[in-house]
Amino acid sequence: MMGKEKTKFNLSEFYSKFGIILILLFMVTIFSLANRKFISANNIRNVIRQVVVITILACGEQLMLISGMVDLSAGTVMAFGGTLSAYCVFATQNVPLAILVGLAGGLFFGVINGALITIFSIPAFIGTLASMKMASGAIMWYTNGKNKSNLDDAYTWLGQGYIGPIPVPVIIMAIALLITYYVLAWTPVGRNIYAVGGNLQAAKATGIRVRNTQFFACVFSGLCAGLAGIVLMARLNSGQPSTGQAGMEMDAITAVIVGGTSMSGGVGAIQNTIIGSLIIGIIKNFMNLQNIHSSIQDIVLGILICVAVIIDVQVRRSKV
Amino acid sequence: MEKEVKKDIVLELTHVSKSFPGVKALDDVSFQVERGTVHVLAGENGAGKSTLIKIINGIYTADEGDLIIEGETITTHNPRHMKSVGVATIHQELSPVLDLTVAENIFLGEQPKTKLGSIRWKKMYDDAQKLIDGLGFQYDAKRLMRTMTTSDMQIIEIIKAISVNAKIIIMDEPSSSITEKEVKVLHEQIRKLKAQGISFIYISHKMDEIDQIGDMVTVLRDGKTISSDPVGMIIKDQIITRMVGREMNNIYPKNEAVIGEKLLEVRNFSRKGNFSGVSFNLRAGEILGMAGLVGAGRTEVCRAIFGLDDREAGEVVYMGEKLDIRSAPDAIKAGIIYLSEDRKLEGLVLCRSVSENIALANLRKYFRGGFLSRTLETRDASEMVTKLNVKTPSIKTSAGALSGGNQQKLVIAKWLLRSPKIFIMDEPTRGIDVGAKYEIYKIMCDLAKQGAGVIMISSELPEIIGVCDRALVMSGGKVTGEVSGEDMNQKKIMQFAVGGLE
Repeated sequence: MMGKEKTKFNLSEFYSKFGIILILLFMVTIFSLANRKFISANNIRNVIRQVVVITILACGEQLMLISGMVDLSAGTVMAFGGTLSAYCVFATQNVPLAILVGLAGGLFFGVINGALITIFSIPAFIGTLASMKMASGAIMWYTNGKNKSNLDDAYTWLGQGYIGPIPVPVIIMAIALLITYYVLAWTPVGRNIYAVGGNLQAAKATGIRVRNTQFFACVFSGLCAGLAGIVLMARLNSGQPSTGQAGMEMDAITAVIVGGTSMSGGVGAIQNTIIGSLIIGIIKNFMNLQNIHSSIQDIVLGILICVAVIIDVQVRRSKV
Repeated sequence: MEKEVKKDIVLELTHVSKSFPGVKALDDVSFQVERGTVHVLAGENGAGKSTLIKIINGIYTADEGDLIIEGETITTHNPRHMKSVGVATIHQELSPVLDLTVAENIFLGEQPKTKLGSIRWKKMYDDAQKLIDGLGFQYDAKRLMRTMTTSDMQIIEIIKAISVNAKIIIMDEPSSSITEKEVKVLHEQIRKLKAQGISFIYISHKMDEIDQIGDMVTVLRDGKTISSDPVGMIIKDQIITRMVGREMNNIYPKNEAVIGEKLLEVRNFSRKGNFSGVSFNLRAGEILGMAGLVGAGRTEVCRAIFGLDDREAGEVVYMGEKLDIRSAPDAIKAGIIYLSEDRKLEGLVLCRSVSENIALANLRKYFRGGFLSRTLETRDASEMVTKLNVKTPSIKTSAGALSGGNQQKLVIAKWLLRSPKIFIMDEPTRGIDVGAKYEIYKIMCDLAKQGAGVIMISSELPEIIGVCDRALVMSGGKVTGEVSGEDMNQKKIMQFAVGGLE
């Protein structure tokens, strides 16, 4: 009786496993047919380069969302860490030091977020909102809003260089993704993150140190933001404090959600977030190729978020 | 029976089947509910009761078979339609709005309104009171819901259903979350409504209850109707036998463990307003019961021992050594485990898989050479699933998809992997069918045999008497008595439980 039923095709299960990849393939097909330029090697490299920063931020948001939190400060912390790092390399020409400074900038706000959330029990939404303001204000104050351009070549290599045919930022992104995958899928802290997001009370009663777990996610997100900042400034060849105003954390959160991670926590995988990030990347890229106005682009992305979440809710409902 | 009397059938299911991926939940089920009667559905967890209910209230559509209400075959299967033909479900967990009045709860979302859309308060309260009086109840429509007991809330929920013309009321284990006294009140009220032609489908695990309230009893097992008889024509043992599909000579297994030396000593546990001066011992191989009424402080004490909640005073001595337990991880490290009374809230991560849930308390052990070993994890999970007889399509299934008893076994499996030295189980068999109960008692006995100490908090006296070697009785936050051997009987325990009348 059991074996017979198992072979039955289950749409919702199929979707939750492969659906998002199919959507990506479908879009690539349609876009290639609509615009020849889209499928050119050059353009593909462009798309991937464009999604790098968002994807690195998304690695941090992935942990935050799965554990039932969100990091609104990721975008401005990225600008904070990245700009400090660029200023540092401008002043000292010391690339390793500049990288350390960038990561430390991210770490600093990761720790602040973690402390606000775990020690003072402030909801993540509010705590990271406060950090978002602080990071943005701090870097604007420190730099007076001025860019510092013409950075050391060894530094810009991180954002513009190649190793063989592969852009260096893509390699950095891949490393960030691998680390995130490793943490989530293969370590106890990853499992704890899923458990805390899925059912905080049960996690606590199972002896999981909930606060440590949340703290870890905050720090991880901060570090990702710092790393994203370094890559971004290296690509721009300048330290630009205003990049914090671009709302990149929202794009990163969108990528994670389009990738099927639940806002309520406990569910999600970084593999799907990559696809989510690519979907957003190619839609933006295609609209640029078609010369679609940026306001319209925003509307389309808004609709995309709705669609992703609606599908997610439907799939979840049909499972119960 | 008597052919001449034409029965007034209000609801009928004919040859209903329903499958889910991996399981045939219902297999050719037929049964009838007569107007103005209480039809009890009995069966183990996973027997198909909840699927059956969900077909009746329109959440699921049957693969085969018909649902007939008052002679009409239902063709539109959705919850709203079923509501409109008079089917209402009172769920196990009620969700009344506690800070609104009885009337506001009854008319929630359907308040009488003026043309401008504002609520006609007076009419609402009048209507509500009329409805309540008309049904013969004593409630004040203006009373705050928060001040009512759970059984009263259940009745209000029924009244609410009747206000929108419900004729068939499904009650999903209504007695599992209320005290015995409240159950009596509930039954009385149900009888009143019965007399007015309202029909009930009543799910229950409790044998005594079937006698008290049921007119008919249908036993389901593995998705099939095993029998359907008038209550009174069938005796308790037969129902149990049919539910589990085997003879149940022994509802309680015997603890064969040799009781050894003192394992645990709890000294003078106190927290203002909850418990004070609680001291007791637990020996190796012993199963210690903790009896008392709901709210006696048993759960609170045990949570504090486990470090989940704070205490103001008191110490825990384990095998002669004082432990400094400040949080659950401290207790777990020492081998003291607490199984929460609320498995959904505090036991499982429902959106994660069976194997992940089983592994959750033991991740360190699987973390080898920088990676969690999936092989070890899968091996342990499969072993536990087999050992505890957890019914699940696979270990990859999400925990939320399992039935209550199987979920409870998952939580126990998680803790057994930690080889507990002291296992505190808080109402481990609540809402669980007879077969699974036996299995859980068996686990307790096995643990005792291995030299562990087991504490069982239970509000069901028969199981305390049946399983435990000794029992503490608590009342008002204090230990009011201790019973063992001949003294361990319902009367004695109740005397202590109501405040120690000795």
